[in-house]
Amino acid sequence: MGRDGGVSCLMRAEMNMMSVGGMESAPAPSDLDEVHVLAVDDSLVDRIVIERLLRINSCKVTAVDSGWRALEFLGLDNDKASAQLDRLKVDLIITDYCMPGMTGYELLKKIKESSNFREVPVVIMSSENVLTRIDRCLEEGAQDFLLKPVKLADVKRLRSHLATKDDVKLSNGNKRKLPQDSDPVTITPPLTISTESSPPLTISHDSSDSSSSSSPVEMFSSSPIDDDEDDDVLTSSPEESPIRRQKMRSPGLD
Amino acid sequence: MDALISQLQRQFRDHTISLYQQGFLDDQFTELKKLQDDGSPDFVAEVLSLFFEDCVKLISNMARALDQTTGAVDFSTVGASVHQLKGSSSSVGAKRVKALCVSFKDFCEAQNFEGCVRCLQQVDIEYKTLKSKLQDLFNLEKQIIQAGGIVPQVDIN
Repeated sequence: MGRDGGVSCLMRAEMNMMSVGGMESAPAPSDLDEVHVLAVDDSLVDRIVIERLLRINSCKVTAVDSGWRALEFLGLDNDKASAQLDRLKVDLIITDYCMPGMTGYELLKKIKESSNFREVPVVIMSSENVLTRIDRCLEEGAQDFLLKPVKLADVKRLRSHLATKDDVKLSNGNKRKLPQDSDPVTITPPLTISTESSPPLTISHDSSDSSSSSSPVEMFSSSPIDDDEDDDVLTSSPEESPIRRQKMRSPGLD
Repeated sequence: MDALISQLQRQFRDHTISLYQQGFLDDQFTELKKLQDDGSPDFVAEVLSLFFEDCVKLISNMARALDQTTGAVDFSTVGASVHQLKGSSSSVGAKRVKALCVSFKDFCEAQNFEGCVRCLQQVDIEYKTLKSKLQDLFNLEKQIIQAGGIVPQVDIN
C-alpha cells in the first residue's frame, strides 16, 4: 500500500471479488491479503479490547498508544521518505478521538495530508456522541465514526466493508450515501443489509444487537439537521447532514 | 460429579444474572464474553484485571489531585483521570463504576470539592466490590471446568 499511495484497499477488492449484498465477511483465503489495521488509543484497556475485536475478525493488528507513535509507525514523523514504506501495508487506521498530545482528529488530518496514506480509511472512535465532532471528522475524510464502547458487530461491519468495498469507501450502500455522489462502481446495492443486519458504515453502534438506549442513531434522529435525502431505513436514522455530502466523495478515486 | 457440576452451574448462572440485574455489569461485558474462546479462554478475566489495575492507578491520581494540602485543587487534572476511568469502565461493562464517573465528571466541571471527594470514595468502594464479585464468578467458572463441566451461556435478556 505504501508503494502506490495507499491503495491496498483497491488491490484487496480486486482479489476478493466484491461480495454482493452484504455477505459474510469472508476474507480471501490467502494470507497475502491479510488486513492490517493500525489501532491508536491511549487507554490500555481499550487497546486490548480493540485488538481482540480486530483479531477475531481476521485482522493483523498493530496497536499504539498515541498519535505520535502512529505517525512514527507510518514513517510520517519526519520529512524523509522512509525506505520501509515500500513494505508497510496498512489497510485501516482506527483511532480514539480524545487522546493527550495529539487528538484522533489531528492524526486524521496528518494522515489525509500524506501522499502515502491518504487513501487508507481512517475510523474514529469516541465515547462522546457529539454531532459537531462527528461531522468535523467526516468532513476531514474519516471513513466512519464509532461510538465507544466498540462492539463486535461494529468491527465485523468495518471488516466486511474492507473486504468488499474499496474504491467506493462510503458511497457504497452506506446509509449516509447520497445519490448524487453515488459512484458507479458501487458494489453492494444501497441499503444493503450486512451480516449484522445493519447498513455498512452506520455511524457508531450497530443497533441490531444493541438495545442501548443511548444509541447514537436515535440521537441523530432527534437532532434538527436538515436533510433532504431519504435515508436507509435499517437503522431508522433519517438524518443526513449536508456535511456528510462532502464526505461522500471518494478521496483520490475520482 | 454431575450433581456437583449442576449445582456449580446453577450458582454461576444465578451469580451472573444478579450482577446484571443489580447493575454491576451491562451489555458491554456480554460483548467481551463474545471475544473469549478456546484460543483465548481467559480473555475476560485478563481485561478486567487490567481494568482494576487502571482503577488503582487512576484513583490514586485523583486522590493526589484532590489533596488540598498541596495547594489549590486542579479540577481539570481530576477530570482527566475521571474521563479515563469512565472510558475504561465503559469498555469493560462496569456499569456502576461508569455511572459514578459521570457524576464525578459533573462535580469536577462544577469544581465542587466535596462532591468530588464523595465520588472518589464511592468509586473506590465500587470498583472493589465489582472486583470481588467478579472474582467469585471467575472462581465458579474454574470450578465448573475442573469438575469436568461446561460453563453455561447465560442469557441476560
